[in-house]
Amino acid sequence: MRPLTASRSGPRLSTPALMAQRGPLSAPAPTAQPVALSEPSRDPAPSIWSYRVQRLWLTPLFRKLLRVGLPTFVIAFCGLAYFGDEGRRAAIWDAGMEIRREIENRPEFRVNVIGVEGASDPVIAEIRAALALDLPMSSFDLDLTDLRARVEALPAVAAAELRIQTGGYLAVRITERVPALIWQTRDDIVLIDAEGHFVAALADRQLEAPLPAVAGEGADGVVDEALALYAAAAPLGEALRGFVRVGERRWDVVLNDGRRILLPADRPVQALDRALALDDVTDILARDVLRIDLRNPDRLTVQLTDPALEELRRLRALERDTQTGERSG
Amino acid sequence: MNMLYQAQRGMRAKRQEAMRRGVIAVLDIGTHKLSCLILKFDQTNVSAPAEGIGAMAGQANFRIIGANTTRSRGVRFGEIDSVQETERAIRTVVQAAQKMAQIRVDHVIVALAGGRPRSYGLDGEMTLTAGTVGDLDVAQVLSACDVPDLGHGREVLHAQPVNFSLDHRTGLADPRGHVGNRLSVDMHLLTIEAHAIETLLHCVKRCDLELAGLASAPYVSAVSSLVEDEQELGAACIDMGGGTTSLSIFMKKHMIYADTVRMGGDHVTGDISQGLHIPMAHAEKIKTRFGGVIATGMDDREIIELESETGDWHHDRRTVTRAELIGVMRPRVEEILEEVQARLAAAGFDHLPSQRIVLTGGASQIPGLDGLASRILGNQVRLGRPLRVQGLPQSTCGPAFSACVGLALFAAYPQDEWWDFENSADRLPARSLKRAVRWFRDNW
Repeated sequence: MRPLTASRSGPRLSTPALMAQRGPLSAPAPTAQPVALSEPSRDPAPSIWSYRVQRLWLTPLFRKLLRVGLPTFVIAFCGLAYFGDEGRRAAIWDAGMEIRREIENRPEFRVNVIGVEGASDPVIAEIRAALALDLPMSSFDLDLTDLRARVEALPAVAAAELRIQTGGYLAVRITERVPALIWQTRDDIVLIDAEGHFVAALADRQLEAPLPAVAGEGADGVVDEALALYAAAAPLGEALRGFVRVGERRWDVVLNDGRRILLPADRPVQALDRALALDDVTDILARDVLRIDLRNPDRLTVQLTDPALEELRRLRALERDTQTGERSG
Repeated sequence: MNMLYQAQRGMRAKRQEAMRRGVIAVLDIGTHKLSCLILKFDQTNVSAPAEGIGAMAGQANFRIIGANTTRSRGVRFGEIDSVQETERAIRTVVQAAQKMAQIRVDHVIVALAGGRPRSYGLDGEMTLTAGTVGDLDVAQVLSACDVPDLGHGREVLHAQPVNFSLDHRTGLADPRGHVGNRLSVDMHLLTIEAHAIETLLHCVKRCDLELAGLASAPYVSAVSSLVEDEQELGAACIDMGGGTTSLSIFMKKHMIYADTVRMGGDHVTGDISQGLHIPMAHAEKIKTRFGGVIATGMDDREIIELESETGDWHHDRRTVTRAELIGVMRPRVEEILEEVQARLAAAGFDHLPSQRIVLTGGASQIPGLDGLASRILGNQVRLGRPLRVQGLPQSTCGPAFSACVGLALFAAYPQDEWWDFENSADRLPARSLKRAVRWFRDNW
């Protein structure tokens, strides 16, 4: 056996053909890359405290507490400390409001023009006065519900529809009340619509078509009855002056010459038809009649004028004298 | 004996608690390296441990979520020699494995190879009062075993019932439910030196871990590297470690003998270092790269440089051939194997029906070892590698990790031991009150 300490570096380098071409365990050829001695490695052991800290860190509950609980606590604490001061809270509120105001006042949201449709000119003026808007103003400042209530509070307006359209245009679409009756009250003569609502004073309006006139207290509550009577009284034509509500219970038909047809509280239209039928047959209205009383449906009562009554009495007396004369003679 | 019984039962309770938590670490404290695996048990089929012989717990599925290996420090012949050094090594390996697993482990099962294990075959016999064998009868017959004088300062590490016989029937794995008059048991008792366990306990405690089980390295490496039919028919597993070479004999799926030879791969390295006048680290390196036990003509021409930094030009530029290296290594390996052969002969391995021998452990990776071993130990020798376990990194699949993997299997499928059976003394009411108090203290 060759001594272990023998140096053979010289001949080994000169005879590379004798070197092994492969090494065991698939190592590279040993002469090409001599085994290098490694430095004595540093002790990799963790200190007891780093070991404990890492174990603590790997504890699921602790980890969750630190990763979720602690930031939550810090944020909550800082937030409370910051917002605990009244002045800061107010400043933040003011800043927010300022931003909001700036956005609201942008021209995109500004309302410049009001357009009213579906109303006559005097009503339009009334509506503009009622809206009382100081234009231009921001559409955020417009309370459309309140404005609509204000418009609809006007007597001439049945319904209103308000809409902010593009281009800063506030469209107000109005449904006007249509006058259906002329109502004569003690104070004034007014127009009311089919539901009995006040529309305007008669003096303020120019009527396109003649309207039936009514009088009497409570007439505005039964406009439909009045209209039905008006329709039924069409044969009277020009002779009709109007209707008077009596005792808030029944109607009188007043003719042009002051004569009246007293209608019952119950079924007045049929009673009026009867009266008109009677007129057709007996021409009763052409006679000297002051009132035709239809209040009792079983019996028609007629009030005659004074000369007619005199004449009637004279005729009756004459008739009685003739009879007695015959008997005596 | 009672003290040990209580300590082992305490470890068993801790192991069951770790199973409930689902995470346990296994730690193989070897002379050359220290490796740690972290096991995660599936929570799906955790059931109450079935009582009796056979697999104790039903945790079939586990996977390895953390693994690390470090150079061992302060361990000689498989025993802890320098407590502080070993403690630091344990901390290193446990910390790295925890970092890989991203979870904290509190319970650890440890295998140790040293402590001069000694095997005893015990037998116990009793007459059954009731005709049918019950749990209490099994516990009583195990308690009835004659325990020999273990010697001063020795502790029982394993006490496994190997075989039950009832009247004239033998080879019963589970005698419960059988009817007979006389019940006898063969038990395998393994003792090791008490100071090895004590220093180990101290180290584990200093690392803030709780010891949930102890196993003997020859036993667990056989569990992982013997295949099932070898365990059933009989085989010897030789775990050639760094400081010790441990051997265990299995028969009918039970370990019947274990022993260690206090020589291993580190001694081979020492021989190289001594013979070639090079440092240990370098000797280890050329042993693993160029080592072997059977020289051929080719090896005469394979030249290994011996680098050193003494400053002496001639000393620093020496070379040896691979044949010379083999010439240094082979006598030591032969010595180890002959010693193993002597131990096997002393244990009566020759009389077993099956003569299979499985070589595993880090030192079994020497090229040509199987040829040399079959010349010394008999021709039924094979090289063993540990079982494939789910989640095991590729770097820890080699034969050096058979004890580690076996320990993981041991944690998942524990063998029933003597202390796993309820002793009759435990059933007294005063004892149960004490146990309730202890349970309360342990769990709150």
